[in-house]
Amino acid sequence: MDWETVIGIETHAQLSTASKIFSGAATQFGAAPNVQACAVDIALPGVLPVLNQGAVERAIRFGLAVGADINRRSVFARKNYFYPDLPKGYQISQYELPVVQGGSLTVVLEEGVKTVRLTRAHLEEDAGKSLHEDFHGMSGIDLNRAGTPLLEIVTEPDMRSAEEAVAYARALHALVRWIGICDGNMQEGSFRCDANVSVRPKGAEALGTRSEIKNLNSFRFMEEAINYEVRRQIELLEDGGTVVQETRLYDPDRKETRSMRSKEDAHDYRYFPDPDLLPLAISAETIESIRSGLPELPQAKRDRYIRDHQLSAYDAGVLTSSREVADFYEDVISALGGGYKLAATWITGELFGALKRAGLEISQSPLGSRQLAGLLQQLQDKVVNGKGAKEVFDAMWNGEGEATAIIAAKGLKQISDAGELEQVIDGVLVANPKSVEEYRAGKEKAFNALVGQAMKATRGKGNPAQINEILKKKLAG
Amino acid sequence: MLNASLKQLSALLAQKKLSSVELTQFHLDRVARFNPELNAFLTVDAERSLAQARAADALIAAGKAQPLTGIPLAHKDIFCAKGWRTTCGSKMLANFVSPYDAHVVEQLNAAGAVILGKTNMDEFAMGSSSETGFWGPVKNPWDPARVAGGSSGGSAAAVAARMAPAAIGTDTGGSIRQPAALTGISGLKPTYGVVSRYGMIAYASSLDQGGPMAKSAEDLALMLNVMAGFDARDSTSLERPAEDYTRALEVSATDSDKPLAGLRIGVPKEYFGDGLAVDVAVAVEAALAQFEKLGAKRVAISLPNSGLSVPAYYVIAPAEASSNLSRFDGVRYGYRAPEYGDLADMYRKTRAQGFGAEVKRRILIGTYVLSHGYYDAYYLKAQKIRRLIARDFTQAYKQCDLIMGPTSPSVAFGLDSMLSDPVQMYLLDIYTTAANLAGLPAMSIPCGFGEGGLPVGLQLVGDYFAEGKMLRAAHQYQLATDWHLRQPAGTE
Amino acid sequence: MSLSMPEVKRIAWLARIEISDAEAAAAQGQLNDIFKLIEQMQSVDTEGVEPMAHGQDVVQRLREDRVTEIDQHALYQSIAPQVENGLYLVPKVIE
Repeated sequence: MDWETVIGIETHAQLSTASKIFSGAATQFGAAPNVQACAVDIALPGVLPVLNQGAVERAIRFGLAVGADINRRSVFARKNYFYPDLPKGYQISQYELPVVQGGSLTVVLEEGVKTVRLTRAHLEEDAGKSLHEDFHGMSGIDLNRAGTPLLEIVTEPDMRSAEEAVAYARALHALVRWIGICDGNMQEGSFRCDANVSVRPKGAEALGTRSEIKNLNSFRFMEEAINYEVRRQIELLEDGGTVVQETRLYDPDRKETRSMRSKEDAHDYRYFPDPDLLPLAISAETIESIRSGLPELPQAKRDRYIRDHQLSAYDAGVLTSSREVADFYEDVISALGGGYKLAATWITGELFGALKRAGLEISQSPLGSRQLAGLLQQLQDKVVNGKGAKEVFDAMWNGEGEATAIIAAKGLKQISDAGELEQVIDGVLVANPKSVEEYRAGKEKAFNALVGQAMKATRGKGNPAQINEILKKKLAG
Repeated sequence: MLNASLKQLSALLAQKKLSSVELTQFHLDRVARFNPELNAFLTVDAERSLAQARAADALIAAGKAQPLTGIPLAHKDIFCAKGWRTTCGSKMLANFVSPYDAHVVEQLNAAGAVILGKTNMDEFAMGSSSETGFWGPVKNPWDPARVAGGSSGGSAAAVAARMAPAAIGTDTGGSIRQPAALTGISGLKPTYGVVSRYGMIAYASSLDQGGPMAKSAEDLALMLNVMAGFDARDSTSLERPAEDYTRALEVSATDSDKPLAGLRIGVPKEYFGDGLAVDVAVAVEAALAQFEKLGAKRVAISLPNSGLSVPAYYVIAPAEASSNLSRFDGVRYGYRAPEYGDLADMYRKTRAQGFGAEVKRRILIGTYVLSHGYYDAYYLKAQKIRRLIARDFTQAYKQCDLIMGPTSPSVAFGLDSMLSDPVQMYLLDIYTTAANLAGLPAMSIPCGFGEGGLPVGLQLVGDYFAEGKMLRAAHQYQLATDWHLRQPAGTE
Repeated sequence: MSLSMPEVKRIAWLARIEISDAEAAAAQGQLNDIFKLIEQMQSVDTEGVEPMAHGQDVVQRLREDRVTEIDQHALYQSIAPQVENGLYLVPKVIE
């Protein structure tokens, strides 16, 4: 039987506020245990929550960026359950009326563009952490993270493969960083995804029973986990078994998902409106003021690059994969005063290749946008040829300075003097009578050999276009 | 001195005829004398109190006194006070020394008032008799075989027995007004949002309000001036201009015989039906007649849904409580069972041992009404009825300025007489819960005596922010009567 | 309606309160009496009535995003049942 995979993603994006969602404690990562857990965070008797404006603004920002409805009135609810990292015995979240409803995210895949619909995004507080190192057979509880603001972003079950799910997660990751609401640091848990995975016979309408996979703290794990889970479910069904609705944890070491038995205990969260918090009202003015402060969004930028810069959809997609990359590209073209394709080719090719080899992010690039623009300017002005430019690039990467200085120091300046080149080519023709003969006999390949010889004779510095032209003229004559 | 008003005490302090240390010591001595029998105070810390009194005397000497400076006040043990053991009447918090001050406590401290001690109460304010606490029942100063009412019974008994000049309490379904009525003192529950709930250990968040308990409306006004006010740490605290409630007491003296001329008093027929004890009805009728003598006009009104306030209250309050009390889990503070197996066992034993029967009962009710499949039928239904009850009042205030009736259907009942019958106990809240559900201000003032020479309370319910209007009516009544100055035999 | 014994035990479990069979049986009777009282609500038609969650019809006030709290964990942990290295200790949490 042919099976179809159905995936929905729930993401917890930690909002980049200075203080917590309901208290004035700091949210900085890495503090000593419990030093950022204030009276409200540890739920002392009598303390009360007050909502952080910064968290609300970030949620609205997100809603506007994905074209969602911002609910003018939303409600905070209590989700009740006992867990030692949950000091109040309930989590303040949004249930019936979330702040953001609907919206969608466009994802660029190799085979084209896909739109993933969003169900909702709601504000809630994070829990603390249980540390499982052994304290005489006990666990230690650190409540620094308790009360950190989260935006939980839920999709419709619109994805059909692990690749699509990862592409969505990457696009969402780029977006939340792009609009400055989340630092996206997955190692520190600032961006956490859970995947709801099910399979159904191809062509079937009804959804299969899903499992929820947690602990997907990298895009690679997400892909591995979903692929594993899809295989597991298909094998189970083909063997005549049934999929149980449950929460499963991905174990990256064993590359498999396993059931979280402790969470299976019949949950009844007893949601009800939090009586300590009043309805959240968002005015049209607030929404408009946040909208006017939004940067150009990746999708709009991508469309503009394709339309106005005549970039390929792929290049435009890559250049808008993060705000840092887009900013880098825009800095280069602004310094160049154009050169869209040239800039795109060098950034997606040479620069990305070097970054990947070095395992660096663009923000950590040893080569700045102005430096690259300086090199591309020399290339555009035909001061240096492509081969020389690559050499300059490597030198700049190694911190040897600016393009002009490197070109001078390494003598990479392109030879564009017609007289000088004619002299060189005359020498080449004399030295390679066999190739000349072959070319004249109709062997095109022989021409390339002659160009190669000419380049060699200029020690790579000859202007390739000019060499071509002169050779053609001489061979024709 | 026992019947001196707060204003008179303040004047004595200002004139240096009395020091705060003397006044505090005087009341500490009375606590030492009466508390062993009445069990009104859970914690007394003379050193701390006298240190505050000395500081107050210094303020007075420096000419920096405010109206409550140097006055010792009894605090219901639900208010967190830094450095004070704050138990909320529970074994769960038997050793909880609060690391912070409630907003109300901060306000009172800033005004220079002295914390005389922490008073006994129903556990987590759940009860109408002050018998459900871990520390044993509070006894009524008028008859130690009777309850003092609850849940602020300790504060009520402290004032009634003149162990404290005044006290603070909280009211979720009548917990200030009912014990005030049963002990012959005055008590006021403000409009929801007027007094910050920050640092008041939560029972039912959408109903809880702190308020003053004292001998007279005049004293209540003075205290409310300090207790009321916006607090940014409570999302439900209301931002509004400060009111001077003491100024609201006075009437323009155009007709000194009819100081309440023009006041329309709504008397709901539903408050005088079955279940109201005759002695209470008689005293309340007499009080209403007195108000008429003072110029007020009596208007018959109806609050058609008032019979549903107890059912709705006993869904909403336990629901909120079941969640509010989840934080008592033996992890960060409070009681932890001495022996347990795994984590769930630690929770279950801690909570089974740390909470008393009534608290557990209400947690179970609340858990049930919020649980899957029952939410709409109970919790949502109760919230809709709450709306109907609030609408009844909106309608009523088109015809009247204040609503009056009995605070409690009977005078103080015998200790242990109701504990085994929760439903009967809950029904005692019949007249008081509606004001909490609607968020309205309400108070109780003494209006006579019933069976066994026990005090009867008259309840006043005002429209939103009508505290001033209520206090004026009550004050004018107290100028014309002396019920509020009566004192239990043996406490002279 | 009336609560069954398994229901009483289930809500006691949800509330994390240990309850013996005898206690559950006693609670069952009392809870059912209380629910009889509560059932009176069902006599009223509340169709179309907007639920009232708060005592005042006001909206949430927002707090400026500013760190206002200082580290007080030593004070807070001085009243904790069991702490070590700044952590609250609990019986082993099993994921």
